[in-house]
Amino acid sequence: MEMIAPLIFLALLGTAGFLFYKKATLIKKTIFLGKSEIQYNEPIRRWKQVLLLAFGQKKMFKNPLVAFLHLIIYAGFIIINLEVLEIIIDGITGKHRVFLPFIGSYYSLFINVFEVLAFGVTVVCVIFLVRRNILYIKRLASNDLAGWPKTDANLILAVEIVLMSLFFLMNGADQALQNVQAPHYASTGSFIVSSMLVPSLSTLSTETLVLIERSAWWLHIIGILAFLNYLPYSKHLHIILAFPAAYYSALEPAGKMKNMPSVQNEVLYAMDPSKAPTDAAPPTTFGAKDIFDLNWKSLMEAYSCTECGRCSAACPATTTGKLLSPRKIMMATRDRLEEVAQNIHQNKNFVDDQKTLLHNYISVEELRACTTCNACVEACPVSLSPLDIIMELRRSLIMEESNAPSEWNNTFSNIENNFAPWKFSPEDRENWAKEI
Amino acid sequence: MKVNTMAEMMASGTMPEYLFWVGCAGSFDQRAQKITKAFSLILDKVGISYAILGKEEACTGDPARRAGNEFLFQMMAYQNIQVMNAYGVKKIITTCPHCFNTIKNEYPELGGNYEVIHHTTLLQSLINEGKIVLKEGGTFKGKKISYHDSCYLGRANNIYEAPRKVLEILDAELIEMKRCRSNGLCCGAGGAQMFKEEEAGTTRINIERAEEAVATGAQIIASACPFCNTMMTDGIKNKEKENEMEVLDIAELIAESMA
Repeated sequence: MEMIAPLIFLALLGTAGFLFYKKATLIKKTIFLGKSEIQYNEPIRRWKQVLLLAFGQKKMFKNPLVAFLHLIIYAGFIIINLEVLEIIIDGITGKHRVFLPFIGSYYSLFINVFEVLAFGVTVVCVIFLVRRNILYIKRLASNDLAGWPKTDANLILAVEIVLMSLFFLMNGADQALQNVQAPHYASTGSFIVSSMLVPSLSTLSTETLVLIERSAWWLHIIGILAFLNYLPYSKHLHIILAFPAAYYSALEPAGKMKNMPSVQNEVLYAMDPSKAPTDAAPPTTFGAKDIFDLNWKSLMEAYSCTECGRCSAACPATTTGKLLSPRKIMMATRDRLEEVAQNIHQNKNFVDDQKTLLHNYISVEELRACTTCNACVEACPVSLSPLDIIMELRRSLIMEESNAPSEWNNTFSNIENNFAPWKFSPEDRENWAKEI
Repeated sequence: MKVNTMAEMMASGTMPEYLFWVGCAGSFDQRAQKITKAFSLILDKVGISYAILGKEEACTGDPARRAGNEFLFQMMAYQNIQVMNAYGVKKIITTCPHCFNTIKNEYPELGGNYEVIHHTTLLQSLINEGKIVLKEGGTFKGKKISYHDSCYLGRANNIYEAPRKVLEILDAELIEMKRCRSNGLCCGAGGAQMFKEEEAGTTRINIERAEEAVATGAQIIASACPFCNTMMTDGIKNKEKENEMEVLDIAELIAESMA
């Protein structure tokens, strides 16, 4: 067994790593189906955003209590990974608590810190489960999350509780074994949380304790590797993508809309034909009908969204009962991305499936409800922009399909003919000045 | 009082320091015209050299672009930039946050580079420089005023302080609405919504916002955008509170208080 265990472990680690790598590559490929027309300059300001928004969670602190609870899970996740590192080395080498001889008396201090954090994570996960399922919190009870998204959220919390419990059980059994001076279980001193399990565990035989300790150890690491491979299918992918999302989030004033140089040039050539190059090809498509027409940043953002719904809770359209929900825009974009990725995976190249993001996933009514107020972008902890997607789809609706409400068509013709959105004579524009 | 146009100024061989970009609402909408007049009165009193484009001004293209009509936006932008560049315009002041945002943020990459200033920012610096002197006693002294953040000033351009600083000199009681500053609730007009019927929902956005405004118990809702002004006025009418509170632009509040 002693020889086989590290081999089994390596096989598990390798398989999990390989599967994750494959899926991550597929997601990366899917993200880069989007356009790359924007330059992302000013790396220093961008890294500052990563520090503030992703590491520092600055915007989360608009709601300090929830931010604090989230911070516990986040800090727990990062710091407990040090212990996972030891577990992996133990697994590969077949040793037990490999760091212990190196740091000696500091070892129990480290484990105690991990245990306190793990306890905090467990408690917060329970609180979050209660918030999601028992208390009524509008953005979490929303229909946006009906079905799989709600299950996904609960599953993440449940798995974290199970992983933390296995960690405690493993340490508790370890201490019980140390007490009976079982071989291989070197003395570490008592651990602050798991020591509470020792009295009840001590009634068991050494063999049973070893079985419990080993089972908990294996289940814990298998659970972590399985969870890693669950991430790409889950909203929990945000723990990775929130960082690049913060890096690429807009530096310009939020009110600035992305320019369309192709249209700019078309208009320029129409107004001033002398400037038109002889071989100027007219632009092929306007705005976005499907994910291929969106910028890759929007596609990455769809994968980064953790469906918290702060955007929709702030959206004037959502809160007044309109069909539009910015969170649903992000979720619909990801759903379509997953479908396209599956299509490409099966057919090697994308085979037209008679579907598009616009219409099949996001309706005209939703798009029409947006006031472009930027509340969604402001509310998002990592400044994802549902607004960018909405605007690109609106452009497609108007410029590709001439699909506008009749009032907008009137507005357009007024602007074009009378230079104002209303039907006033341009001659009267300065009449007010004569009345002072 | 005479409001000069750029064409008149040019004919007389002078150039104003500022172009006052009036905007379509400020030019044609009867309610917004009052804001335009109030602001030009302030400019005149303070002795700022400015002119308007008059008939040569055209929609910036903001509603067209946000509705999705990029062609129309580019046409309007091209036309306006041609006119302004021909006059050698350097500084622009405007009472409309939508025009402000478009000219400041979207015209530069199309060849229109100007220093663009919203009227609340200009008023703040005039106050700081001591150029705006208010009447003894103060028209709005002790009154309850609540400022409604315009999305295109606030979230879009991070201007939260200037309008509030201007209101401070009125010696009034300033009350914030439940959702304010970066959390401010839109009036419902942006994104070309002003020009179409609202989509089906449980309530209208301006009514939801008016409810928050009414809840402050303020007698005056201060606005800094002609479209917010219309939306809030309608919302307050809908709540049948038009006798207890009114919606006034910051320019109107200052113009009425000036000595």
